[in-house]
Amino acid sequence: MKRVITTFALAAAFGLTAAAASAQTLNTVKSRGILNCGSNAGLAGFGLPDAQGNWTGLDVDYCRAIAAAIFDDPTKVKFVPLTAKDRFTSLQSGDVDVLVRNTTWTSSRDTSLGLNFTGVNYYDGQGFMVRKSLKVNSALELNDAAVCVQQGTTTELNLADYFRANKMKLKTVTFASADETTKAYDAGRCDAFTTDASGLYSERLRLAKPDDHVVLPEIISKEPLGPSVRHGDDQWFDIVKWVHFALINAEEMGITKANVNEMLKSENPDVKRLLGTEGAYGEQLGLTKDWAVRIIKHVGNYGEIFERNVGQGSPLKIARGLNALWTKGGLQYAPPVR
Amino acid sequence: MSVAQESIRDAGPPKVSPIRDPKVRAIAYQALLCLIVAFLVYAAARNAIVNLERAHIASGFGFWDVTAGFDISQTLIEYSAQASTYGTAFWVGLLNTLLVSVIGIVLATILGFLVGVARLSRNLLVVRIAAGYVEVIRNLPLLLQLLFWYNAVLKALPDLRSSYDIGGSIFLNNRGLFFPSPIFHSGGKLLVGALIVALVGSIAFRIWAHKRQERTGQQAPVLWVTLALFIGLPLLVLLSGELSVAFSYPEKGRFNIRGGVEVLPEFVALLLGLVAYTAAFISEVVRAGILAVSKGQTEAANALGLRQGPTLRLVVIPQAMRVIIPPLTSQYLNLTKNSSLAVAVGYPDLVQVFTGTVLNQTGQAVEVVAITMAVYLTISLVTSFAMNVFNSRMAIVER
Ligand SMILES: N[C@@H](CCC(=O)N[C@@H](CS)C(=O)NCC(=O)O)C(=O)O
Repeated sequence: MKRVITTFALAAAFGLTAAAASAQTLNTVKSRGILNCGSNAGLAGFGLPDAQGNWTGLDVDYCRAIAAAIFDDPTKVKFVPLTAKDRFTSLQSGDVDVLVRNTTWTSSRDTSLGLNFTGVNYYDGQGFMVRKSLKVNSALELNDAAVCVQQGTTTELNLADYFRANKMKLKTVTFASADETTKAYDAGRCDAFTTDASGLYSERLRLAKPDDHVVLPEIISKEPLGPSVRHGDDQWFDIVKWVHFALINAEEMGITKANVNEMLKSENPDVKRLLGTEGAYGEQLGLTKDWAVRIIKHVGNYGEIFERNVGQGSPLKIARGLNALWTKGGLQYAPPVR
Repeated sequence: MSVAQESIRDAGPPKVSPIRDPKVRAIAYQALLCLIVAFLVYAAARNAIVNLERAHIASGFGFWDVTAGFDISQTLIEYSAQASTYGTAFWVGLLNTLLVSVIGIVLATILGFLVGVARLSRNLLVVRIAAGYVEVIRNLPLLLQLLFWYNAVLKALPDLRSSYDIGGSIFLNNRGLFFPSPIFHSGGKLLVGALIVALVGSIAFRIWAHKRQERTGQQAPVLWVTLALFIGLPLLVLLSGELSVAFSYPEKGRFNIRGGVEVLPEFVALLLGLVAYTAAFISEVVRAGILAVSKGQTEAANALGLRQGPTLRLVVIPQAMRVIIPPLTSQYLNLTKNSSLAVAVGYPDLVQVFTGTVLNQTGQAVEVVAITMAVYLTISLVTSFAMNVFNSRMAIVER
């Protein structure tokens, strides 16, 4: 096990050659014919394979959107499941072309880890879940509690900060995967389980008796989750960034999977520029004129992706909240295509 | 025939050109190989550095002194998320690895010897049980066994509110085993001194007794003297009134138990898994070693009137040891390396802490992995060295 990990990591580090030397990610992906996308190994709503190996989730749909923009085919994605702690090494080494795995945008990840975050596809924050029988109503009552947490996450760090800031004692128990973490919590090893609030709702579904657990009201951190790419390839950085903006702009302009062909006839100049009936904005990205049409046709706009995976159309039933468009009181906002 | 031989001898060593001389060639090939290897290593390192720089990924060992920021569940040295560095986290992880490895090796050796001897017993039931144990354990992946033990430990133990409680000061529940820890106000040094004196004294007595037995054949009560030293000396310290000890008792809080010594379920699960697994292999090594000692030795010992126990202890095992030690060494190395599976049960060993969280947070795969490999290599080499010394002492002393 150890040997496998170490050889892997070292090979990965040396393998940086292939990845970084050819800063031509788009060409590499095109000639390979498939996009390698770093995904969650199993987080309902974000990235989850079913028994047949079909992946679903908000992050998964982002990978599909990128593949659609490049290949006009959302199935040209190889999903590479990554644990929280291995994900950055995989991206650094060129194992995956893009990492879309509920990853928090932080300054150190954006700089010294060699990543570039392309945007925020889900505004989240960290919360706690406890057993109802403990009769705890606030995270501030957790003094002296044992808390189960997954390693290699921002969660692990926020947890230590929060308890110290509130002068509370803490016993942390850390596990490498979400699976082990939730199992240990379920078996009573810890009093509380902590992760991103969105994650709490989906992990709760995996517990033996979900209704015996309650999510506490406190949100203790900012967790802007988003896709990231390697440093050193501006074109690829732009593409992944603009796939996100296209999804937001499409929602804002009311372009959906169902009406996108109709919209091609629109006279609205914003719509025309986004859908490529005017200008050469797709070509400027290194893609085709109809890049945004391809995305919307295959995966829909941001709102559709949201509702289908984590919103009302899913078991999670999360409200848009901060993730509503800026025009509807949320934070999702995209620069214009022009 | 003889004429031909004569003429060859006259010619002396054949004169060949250095290019065809096998010795020269061998050296040249080896030098070439070394050069190639050195070049490959250099090129790989150079390549990695250039690429890390190009990707603006941090490199170097500056991270060692940066604040860690994360908590660790078991720390043998002072450590806190906000005040300690990645360097300290490394030492915490390393000590945890050593702790589980050393205790694991001792217990696996004891269990392995017992099972190995049991398989050669005359009692059929004992033989069957021992054989069944070895077969089951050896044929299941260790990772699976660890997960089994962890779940078994967690499931078998009650939660905090219904802890097993011995005299209100020892608790056992699914958060771990808790017992009081002594705090020495004074006289602590005296006690340690007494123990050292007992240790040195008992070793000296053993050597003296051994020598005397060789000279005169008289046996000395080594066991009793050892026990007397180890119990008597500390008792003297206690009676002298110099010693003032307080105990830190574990106390139940709302969620957890604080104070005293705490043994984590993750540690117990990992230890059980490693011991059960390695002992199965050790038992096979022991069985092979004992079978390698010819039956005549046992018969001779029996003929001299030695009972079964002393025959095993004094005649068979010492000879078997020579066969046992080399493969035993590799089992010890395996146990240490396998302890890195700790990650699966959440035990904070070196791999979990250092190549897990520290690597993830710093992103410095090359440095972190290189350090980790160097550490495991060092542990392995030191273990091998110690076992080799032991082995040479056990080897047949030719007289
Ligand atoms: N957003 C945080 C946490 C991300 C994270 O790994 N969350 C966990 C808990 S929700 C997860 O996705 N685990 C799924 C898995 O490892 O299978 C980060 O980027 O560090």
